Amino acid sequence: MLGLKLERAPAPLWLRALMPFIAIALTFALVSILIIFAGANPLDAVFELLINPLTKNSARGDILVMATPLLLTGASVAFAFASGYYNIGAEGQLYAGAIAAAWVGTFVQGLSPVFAIPLMLLAGFIAGALWALPSAVLKVKLGIDEVVTTLLLNSVMLFLVSALLNGPWRDPVTGWPQSPTIAESAQFPILIPRSRVHLGIIVAVIAVIALWWIFKRTRFGLELRAAGLGKDAARFMGVPVDRVMLTAALISGGVAGLAGVCEVAGIHHYLIEAISPGYGYTGIIVATLGSLTAPGVALAGLFIALINRGTLSANRELDVPVYLGDVIQAVLLLTTLAVLLLNRYRIRRVR
Amino acid sequence: MPVLEMRSVTKRFGDLTANDHIDLVIEPNEIHALLGENGAGKSTLMKILYGLYQPDEGEIIVNRQKSVFKSPVDAIRHGIGFVSQHFSLVPTFTVAENVVLGFEDSRLINRDDIKHLVSNTARKYGFDVDPTAVVRNLSVGQQQRVEILKALYRNCRVLILDEPTAVLTPRDAEALFDTLRALQRQNLSVIIITHKLEEVMAISQRVTVLRLGKVVGQETTSQTNPQALARLMMGRSVVNVTRKTVHQAEQLVALEVSHLTVNDNRGLPALRDVSFQVHANEVVGIAGVAGNGQSELVAILSGLIRPASGEVRVKGKPAAFGDPRALDHLRVARIPEDRLKGVVGNLTVAENLALEQIGNFTQTGHLKRRQIDEMAKWLIADFQIKAKPGDRVRTLSGGNIQKVILARTLSREPHVVIAAQPTRGLDIGATEYVHQKLLEQKERGAGVLLVSEDLDETLLLSDRVLVMFAGQLVGEYRADEVDLDRISLLMAGSTVETVSR
Repeated sequence: MLGLKLERAPAPLWLRALMPFIAIALTFALVSILIIFAGANPLDAVFELLINPLTKNSARGDILVMATPLLLTGASVAFAFASGYYNIGAEGQLYAGAIAAAWVGTFVQGLSPVFAIPLMLLAGFIAGALWALPSAVLKVKLGIDEVVTTLLLNSVMLFLVSALLNGPWRDPVTGWPQSPTIAESAQFPILIPRSRVHLGIIVAVIAVIALWWIFKRTRFGLELRAAGLGKDAARFMGVPVDRVMLTAALISGGVAGLAGVCEVAGIHHYLIEAISPGYGYTGIIVATLGSLTAPGVALAGLFIALINRGTLSANRELDVPVYLGDVIQAVLLLTTLAVLLLNRYRIRRVR
Repeated sequence: MPVLEMRSVTKRFGDLTANDHIDLVIEPNEIHALLGENGAGKSTLMKILYGLYQPDEGEIIVNRQKSVFKSPVDAIRHGIGFVSQHFSLVPTFTVAENVVLGFEDSRLINRDDIKHLVSNTARKYGFDVDPTAVVRNLSVGQQQRVEILKALYRNCRVLILDEPTAVLTPRDAEALFDTLRALQRQNLSVIIITHKLEEVMAISQRVTVLRLGKVVGQETTSQTNPQALARLMMGRSVVNVTRKTVHQAEQLVALEVSHLTVNDNRGLPALRDVSFQVHANEVVGIAGVAGNGQSELVAILSGLIRPASGEVRVKGKPAAFGDPRALDHLRVARIPEDRLKGVVGNLTVAENLALEQIGNFTQTGHLKRRQIDEMAKWLIADFQIKAKPGDRVRTLSGGNIQKVILARTLSREPHVVIAAQPTRGLDIGATEYVHQKLLEQKERGAGVLLVSEDLDETLLLSDRVLVMFAGQLVGEYRADEVDLDRISLLMAGSTVETVSR
């Protein structure tokens, strides 16, 4: 009988450096089949998806706008995952931050933006952390699987938002499920004239740098990585694993909350149900593609934003469906996971 | 005529020879014990027999025919059954479904048919199990019986059990032995892997003793005794070790353990009222067969578990339980039983060296990276670790990983050293290095507690030997008055002699 077997065998360094490109190439090879079915030329599609958006100023701006929530949720997820806490709840935590921003944002009329904006960011961070708290406490105290609880809290949050918007926050004039517009002083300034690029990208960049700084430079970061990479050994060496994990979970929730603040204060200026098309879940893809490191998260977040923007042009120019972007993300995740596996293992034929 | 024979079977893993030209003969309807310490090669040998590993040399002969087992499928076809310590049952399936799984007659499964088939098999061997019960709801003992039934349903003639009593309460263990005797009456042969001498005496007709991958004895159980088996299992070269000096320990008590009692995860007592002292400038060795409470003692003294009652003092100061960092502050150096649980493989050598005393390398929450790097370079040179500070620990050899642990913990002038299985799996060079480092600590003034399954090692290094059996200290000897026969007897449990054969 012919069979295959996985063997532990680390790939050589030069091959590892090529792995991300192999994953991307593989992804587009697979997606080409769909593109052909959609009636377009795969090469044209690759051009529209990956290259064309980079050549235009407006598209480059869009990429930064689209990357903002992805960098934040990516950093959020990387934070938690690296500590061994599998937070799948960034989506709900994002909404918690968005609620906080929409609420605080209406109160800061007349306050200088210098105070209003940090206040809103702080409120969003705390709200996200609070929404992450129950799952984290259940995990640390009772050992209840955080994957399940964080995931389920996402649905709870969506209903909560819906209840808010169809209840107390319903627009009294239009009747739309949409919160009151936040004060002008709470709205993020536009950074590049005649674009939509707002302050949020700075917040996101700071979050990614903070992720790098904490992981590489701080005691907490070292303890966090130790807990994530070897819980028993970390405990043996005196790392307070439970406390580290709890803190990581709360920071993760807080950073996801910041993504919600940025979407409210940077783009919509009010809360609506559709504020996130799943940024929290895409954050998991970003963190995983970025192998839970800050530079990786930065590259993966920008790359996925590029694909999302490229899908829009491909849709316009080649008439391929916009859902192609989702498919590419999903396939990219699978190929990356497969390629990461090949970093450490080798497939061998056995008789 | 033997039902099964293994001839000159050899298996190597890299530098380690796990099985070195092993011969094993299994007769019809015998219960054959395979005895040896952890790492003696018992499980490897049985995994070869079950087709999980391929031998590098040697052959397996079943019913006078040379057989090659490429996988368990081949082994099962030749009538070999294996019950591992970790059951492979589907918790949500019924007993009958679990038993037929992977061995169905047809693609369609009729629940009534398999229920009948399974209850027939159960009745034939006198098993009292309900084929319709869901496995999840069964006790561990009952699940084990389902595993055995699985093997019987596949028509096995030789049943291998890997440390079957490790997960059982004493009463369940009795029931298991009754089952095995019943199987024997049905003309089956049973191989039972164990390191418990009383089990060997109670159930087996013949016993093969392994040590460091070699057969060191093959006996008829009725013509041997636990004491002799303990000696075989733990090594006897020690008779020739002459100690130059027996260190006169100072009166200063480094470690004082009083009345420690703890239960294991089955709720059975693992340590019963254990008290002893380790003086400064003294090595105290704990001798004993594995699983008699040594792991629990080490876990308490390493800050990993909390005892039910008792007290530990380090140089007179009471130690907090369940807190590794508190022990570290009292300057207790801990060498873990499993060295891979003492280091994080995916962190660097420098990070692993720093983490235990990370407070000394932190300023306002930030790592003093230069100091960490310098410390790592210095320790790497001092302890001759073959690695760079930035290498990930998992890329190191076992000996070098152990050196990382020694460097981390011994470089800080500890008052007490807890050394658990410090040389397990190491080559001779690394073993000598570890011994030398432990003796250096003793000369320096530390009290060293050595817990080792290797009796040679314990007697070689210790100034005083304590014998542990069934969670109690049952004997104490000064190194110059060690009575090997007496120690072997105590390790085997003095009550074992009275076990009827």
